[in-house]
Amino acid sequence: MELFDLPLIWAFIIGFGIIMYVLMDGFDLGVGILFPFAPSEEDRDTMMNSVAPVWDGNETWLVLGGAGLLAAFPMVYSIFLPALYIGVFLLLAGLIFRGVAFEFRFKARTSRYLWNWAFAGGSTIASFAQGAVVGAYIQGFNTVDGVFVGGALDWLTPFTVLTGLGMLAGYALLGSTWLIMKTEGRLQEWAYRITLPLLAAVLIIFGIISVWTPFVDDLVRERWFSNLTVIWVLPVLTLLCAFQIFRSVRNRLEGMPFVATMGLFVTTYLGLVVSRWPYVVPPEYTLWEAASAYESQLFLLLGLLFVIPIVLTYTAWTYWVFRGKVRAGEGYH
Amino acid sequence: MELDPLLLSRIQFAFVVSFHAIFPVFTIGLASYIAVLEGLGFKTGNPVWLKLSTFWTKVFAVVFGMGVVSGIVMSFQFGTNWSNFSQATANFLGPVLSYEVITAFFLEAAFLGVLLFGRDKVPPGVHLFAAIMVATGTFISSFWILAANSWMQTPAGFELRDGIFHVTSWSEAIFNPSFPYRFMHMGLASFLTGSFVVAGVSAWYLLRGREVEANRKALSMCLWLILFIAPAQLVVGDFHGLSTLEHQPTKVAAMEGNWETSSNVPLLLFAIPDQEAQTNHFEIGIPSLASMILTHEWDGVVPGLKDVPREEQPPVAIVFWSFRIMVGIGTLMILVGLTGLALRRGGRYFQSPWFLQVLRVMSIAPFIAVLTGWFVTEVGRAPWLVYGIMDQAAAVTPSLTGGMALFTLIGYIVVYAAVFSAGVYYLMRVLYVGLEDQHGEEEHEAERPARPFSAAHVPFEYGDDDHSNPAKQGGH
Repeated sequence: MELFDLPLIWAFIIGFGIIMYVLMDGFDLGVGILFPFAPSEEDRDTMMNSVAPVWDGNETWLVLGGAGLLAAFPMVYSIFLPALYIGVFLLLAGLIFRGVAFEFRFKARTSRYLWNWAFAGGSTIASFAQGAVVGAYIQGFNTVDGVFVGGALDWLTPFTVLTGLGMLAGYALLGSTWLIMKTEGRLQEWAYRITLPLLAAVLIIFGIISVWTPFVDDLVRERWFSNLTVIWVLPVLTLLCAFQIFRSVRNRLEGMPFVATMGLFVTTYLGLVVSRWPYVVPPEYTLWEAASAYESQLFLLLGLLFVIPIVLTYTAWTYWVFRGKVRAGEGYH
Repeated sequence: MELDPLLLSRIQFAFVVSFHAIFPVFTIGLASYIAVLEGLGFKTGNPVWLKLSTFWTKVFAVVFGMGVVSGIVMSFQFGTNWSNFSQATANFLGPVLSYEVITAFFLEAAFLGVLLFGRDKVPPGVHLFAAIMVATGTFISSFWILAANSWMQTPAGFELRDGIFHVTSWSEAIFNPSFPYRFMHMGLASFLTGSFVVAGVSAWYLLRGREVEANRKALSMCLWLILFIAPAQLVVGDFHGLSTLEHQPTKVAAMEGNWETSSNVPLLLFAIPDQEAQTNHFEIGIPSLASMILTHEWDGVVPGLKDVPREEQPPVAIVFWSFRIMVGIGTLMILVGLTGLALRRGGRYFQSPWFLQVLRVMSIAPFIAVLTGWFVTEVGRAPWLVYGIMDQAAAVTPSLTGGMALFTLIGYIVVYAAVFSAGVYYLMRVLYVGLEDQHGEEEHEAERPARPFSAAHVPFEYGDDDHSNPAKQGGH
């Protein structure tokens, strides 16, 4: 009856959804993180305009990920969410505030500064919470019989604070390189200026995380220092991407810094995946153990295969429509 | 005092789901109304229909946006506070809830953008098609959500293996016994909500003499709809109740405030149920009427709460009173429909300020009816989460402490209070600005895809630029 290895297919789908979310919501969260530091209020208008048409489409991947996890890997869903209870709340609260700020800031005048803070604060909190979630995943969870038995703040350790800060810096870098690509003049110049310091911050924090991670867990250490040497190509590629960002910013290229930053995220993400594969609830459960029933995974897969191409097409079309530079005072409003 | 994570989780879920529910119940009805307006405009070519449609589409955009924002929280609640429940039921609820999500995405991706921003960009026929698809999509969304909820009320099509539900028949599980009635009941409730809000807003405009022609047409349509749907809802509700009597007799006992199983049970108009003493105080009732309604015989036997142990009884007073409020509002709705008919000849209802005032006030009534209706069905199944199989205590997240639950409960209340007071305030601004001079705004919106709120072009603050000075609304 079990024709396909459905848990594996689902792991690819959800893994794809996660990296899509990180890349796409990453740059608009990054724009939010950089928001308070922008040169002027007019530049803030331009920054928001550059992501306004696409941000909510970006966040749909998160909701799809939440529902998809419940359907395909219920054990992940029912261990991660209790274990990350406070973090999930902060993440959702942050996303709600920045989402509403998008809608109301343009319509507001005297209350605009409030929406500025809601946008920047919400983006920063949500980004930090996402980074801490990644750190908590690397740490692993305290479970008994597939049920989380740890405490409310197990997820908040020096290590996860560092991954949270790493995510903040990484998203800010995505944001600044996005602005290089989408803006011009003073704002673009500012984005060029902050990109290299941000890149330095990312490299330092990611470097500490990489050195630290093998000591957080024995299995990760084994994975990297066993005979599976081919995976070392990933950190090498990460460094190449970093160099490419450096070079393209020095040469004042406009599109390349963003593309290279995405490459940096993808290779780091793949490095994380190989560190933990095939454990989805470290240190105990693999993706096959965490999967839902075969017929349930199949039932949903049929619908998803129909919808994902449409969502991807629509997403691509949206980005196509809004290609090119965003200029001051020429928003979508 | 020890904080009880179970109680706090129940309060939290009740809070977030109640807040969420009021938005979709309105958008489902409103989407159909917009599709009808678009259809009338397409067929007759009368611009007044498109004027109405343009205006209500803006309202739809804001309410839809708030529904989406509050819905994001819902999709994580099951995991954070009810992880044992999620783990056990994921084989059925996971795919069903995911289908709801992908329906909503599909809808947003493909058609909502066209409906909100495409009026001048696509041929009228395509725009009408988008409106119909959005309306259909909202129904498909509610189909999945209600299938999930109904399955928890009347579980079917599954077998339990090691405490995990496994689906043996998708059709039996989705079309479980209470689903058809609940779906009908909610569908009609959405139409009633849409009708009463549109009627109330139109009445308010008519009282102020604004856009008289369009608002008269809107009001007339709504009153026709209310005249037929309000009584139909009574009939469907009765069938729903009979189904509940068969599958969840304890819930019906709580609705009726009936403690002892007996015949000739009176319909209680007033009582103060006392769970401690297992009896009612100050009963006022109509003899044998509850027996008649539930069994269609004067001496029919109605189940009593004492048939089950006390710990399996729901909180009776909440169910009992919520039911009476819901039925009371339903009765008022029927009366409004009949009054509208009586005043129809010669269009007298346009000119009678008292009736317009009644309609204005009644615009909030369907929301109360929907919430109390959900209180009846959700509180009435307590202590069960999956009826008869999994109770709330077994479902709650084991690692959850009272302090954590209290923290997020307060957190969600604060977040929702801030965000939704802004949202509702903004909705009031949209209504205040009204139908007048909506043209010239569409141009700026040339290529904007789905960002729901941005379909409404009303400034956030009161000030120099409300409807008396529409020129400023378009541009930023």
